[in-house]
This record gives sequence, C-alpha cells and structure tokens, in this order.
Amino acid sequence: MRRPPVGWFTGSLVRATSLTDSARSLTFSVPGWPGNLAGQHVDLRLTASDGYQATRSYSIASVGPDTDVELAVERLPDGEVSPFLVDDLEVGDSVELRGPLGGWFVWRPEHPEPVQLIAGGSGVVPLLAMTRAHTDARSTVPMQLLYSLRTPEDALYRDELQQRSSTTPTTWHYTRTVPPGWTRAAGRLTPDDLRSATLPPERGPLTFVCGPTGFVETVARGLIDLGHQPDSIRTERFGGI
Amino acid sequence: MAIFGGRRRNDNPNLPPGQHLTESFPVLSAGPTPSISADDWEFSIRTEGGDIHRWSWQELLALPAEDVTVDIHCVTSWSKLGTGWRGVSLDTLFADVDTGLDYVMAHSYGGYTTNLPLEEVLEGRAWIAYEYDGEPLDPEHGGPARLLVPHLYFWKSAKWVRGLVMQDDDYPGFWEENGYHLHGDPWREERYA
Ligand SMILES: Cc1cc2nc3c(=O)[nH]c(=O)nc-3n(C[C@H](O)[C@H](O)[C@H](O)COP(=O)(O)OP(=O)(O)OC[C@H]3O[C@@H](n4cnc5c(N)ncnc54)[C@H](O)[C@@H]3O)c2cc1C
Repeated sequence: MRRPPVGWFTGSLVRATSLTDSARSLTFSVPGWPGNLAGQHVDLRLTASDGYQATRSYSIASVGPDTDVELAVERLPDGEVSPFLVDDLEVGDSVELRGPLGGWFVWRPEHPEPVQLIAGGSGVVPLLAMTRAHTDARSTVPMQLLYSLRTPEDALYRDELQQRSSTTPTTWHYTRTVPPGWTRAAGRLTPDDLRSATLPPERGPLTFVCGPTGFVETVARGLIDLGHQPDSIRTERFGGI
Repeated sequence: MAIFGGRRRNDNPNLPPGQHLTESFPVLSAGPTPSISADDWEFSIRTEGGDIHRWSWQELLALPAEDVTVDIHCVTSWSKLGTGWRGVSLDTLFADVDTGLDYVMAHSYGGYTTNLPLEEVLEGRAWIAYEYDGEPLDPEHGGPARLLVPHLYFWKSAKWVRGLVMQDDDYPGFWEENGYHLHGDPWREERYA
C-alpha cells in the first residue's frame, strides 16, 4: 500500500486537561490532518526563539478522521520536552506535528482476533485509542486491558476506562501502592498475574504491549513463556530502562 | 504564549538534522525480543543461483574481526555518538559470494526484514556485530549478533540477524512496508515514505 508522504502540520492547542499530577491531555486543532488509526503516533517538534528544535514521539489518544488530535504526555523530571508540554504550553500555542506514523502497532476494527491490551504507565495512551476505536466501531470482538500502574493516583483516563468496562474491561495492577481494600499486595507483574489477567494463547489473541522499555521486555517475555506466538505480540517501547 | 527554551542544544556537526543526543540506549522493536543461543545461531548469504554460504557461531568468531567506533541514529530522533562495536565486516563475508544482483534483504530471527542496496553494505560500511562497548551484545539490542549499518537509520541495522538474501530490486522490508523510507539516510532525513 502506498501512502501519501508524511508531512509536518501545525497544531494549535485547543484544550488541555490535567490527568494526574504529572500528566496532561493536550488536544490540538490540526488543519489538514488526514485522520489516524488507533495506535499510531506523531513526532512533535518544538522550536526555540533562536531556531533550536527538539522532536519527540507521542502516541495519539484520539482516533478517526477528525482533525482534532489528542495526546497525553507524562512529565519526566529531567526531560527537555515533556515538562514543557505538561507545565508550560498554553491554549492557543502552536507546535508542529508530523504523522500519522506507524503501520504495525495499530488495531483495526477488521482484525478478527480477540485483543489483549497491556499497558505500563503512560503506555496506556495508544491502547486507550484502541478501546475508543472499538467503541466507535461498535465492535463485538473481545478486547480487554491490563493496566499496570505505580499508584492509584497515576491512572490516566480512569473514568473513561471504567465507563467502558462492559465492552472493554480493565484489570488494574499496582506496583507501589494499592487502593484501600485492595486484595493483591503492591508488586511487579508476575507470570501468575499475566496468566490470570490476560487472554490465554488458546484463544488466539492479538496482544498489544506498550510502556517503558523494561516493562515491555518483561511482559513480552512472560507472554512467550505462557505459550503465546511471538508474532501475535505487538510492542511499542516508550524509552527509559 | 509559552516560550520553549530547550536544554539539549548541541551544535555537534556529527548530529544529523532533527536528531538529539542520548546517553542511554533506547530500544525499538516491533515485537518480543527473541532468545537465540549461540549454539543454534547460524548466518547465511543466499544468492540468485541458490548458493547458500553459511557460518556457525564458531565460524563467525574465527573470521577476522574489526573494532569500529561509529555514530548511530534512530528514526525516533535519538542519536548516540562514538559507540564501540566489534564484528565481522560484510566485505569479509561477501569475499566468496558471486552475485549479479544489486539489493539484499536482511532477515532476522523473529521474522524481521529490512532491505538494503548491496553497495551500501560493502566497502567498510557494514558489519555483523557481536560485541557492544566491549561486552557481548545484549539480546535487547540484537544479540547474539546484529547487522550494523551506521550510515543509515538504525532500523536498517537488523537485530538478531540470521541471513541476507540477494534480491533483484529494492523490495521493502518490515518497517519499509509500514511507512518508513526505503533507504533511510539520516543526513537527508529519509524517515518516512
Ligand atoms: C513511539 C513512541 C510513542 C510515545 N508516546 C508517548 C506518549 O503517548 N506519552 C508520553 O508521555 N511519552 C511518550 N513517549 C516518550 C516520549 O517520546 C519522550 O521520550 C518523553 O516524553 C521524554 O522526552 P523528554 O524530552 O521530556 O525527555 P529527554 O530530555 O528526552 O530525556 C530525559 C531522560 O529520560 C529518559 N527517558 C526517555 N524516555 C523515557 C521513558 N519513557 N521513561 C523513563 N525514562 C525515559 C532519557 O533516556 C533521558 O535520560 C513515546 C515514545 C515513543 C518512541
């Protein structure tokens, strides 16, 4: 399939919502944006007054033909770009966006397989887009999310995910602090957690894993140990260790 | 209006346009990291005549190795300068290979593929690398061995490489079919098709 060349667009910030203490949802109005599939990302470029530029990749939380593009950015303490996007960028400000990018880590409503989504931290963003696409398409394909977080306060889009629990249910997992009354102690995802909270290999699922690099490595290896075929596991690594 | 300051300014002339420096070593892969033991590892070059040139792990290690220090550039915009690798030059591996075709498809354990013009992997421009920074190459970064083609974006440096197949045209590999540029020169910002 040949696509038109991917170009740069100007996006002006039309809406900004704080998601947690360290993350913010940013919606840009992007004239000419061709629309995007669930799971794709953009390159976002900032230019300083002396012409210096910095570019980073961000997954797209929104899906479909709309020219409003929503991103969700988590602040990394020493970061160059993310603190600016989370703390400083104001409604009316412009950034440059290139995309939509990526043709592999995408979910299309035509995919017949049941879908297991596994997110670590802000890795939930492209997976949230997949649950949105599932809802928009009124898909009847089973889709469920396992969402691993440090603490309950770190959840992005909790209300939205909970509202969708009858069609795309979420299993919450906490690695540092659990909510009051939670039966499972805080801790890393174990092979048992993976076994009990994900679709088993016998159901032939397509599994999408997204998050920090170390999280993706551990989960992908765990899935293979459970008997999943490597080519049924699609991964996106956000960086870090 | 918020003013972007930018804290990673760098006028290093070795940094291609749109790239920034990283001290860490990010990982970009489409799927799980395959685990391949050196005992099962094999590398081959296949030509149009059906000839297959094969090397086991021991045979690869027995070939003359080179230590190279190169800059690497990932399409997701990080670059790492002055990285140290040890491996076998493709010139050595192609010494007895007879082909009239101009392109190669690199194949990896795990199914990944990437296309390259033959002339861009010869004359000291590409290696099968098995050490990084003086240590055996980590599986995450492509170990036991990966292709190293530092003058192109790093997705061309196929991790877990298991062979090269000659091809008569520049047919696209995995990322190239998924929207990335056929060639991938960082100095010309050949990122996306
Ligand atoms: C395909 C793709 C999609 C992405 N989608 C999102 C998204 O939807 N939301 C989002 O918030 N981020 C996302 N990221 C990460 C994002 O691109 C940036 O890496 C991140 O915002 C840090 O940029 P920075 O300029 O603030 O930090 P930098 O100045 O680049 O780096 C600061 C330090 O943090 C390290 N670091 C970089 N990334 C991470 C990480 N993820 N975790 C821990 N340490 C890290 C760096 O190695 C460096 O030492 C995505 C990355 C990729 C490759």
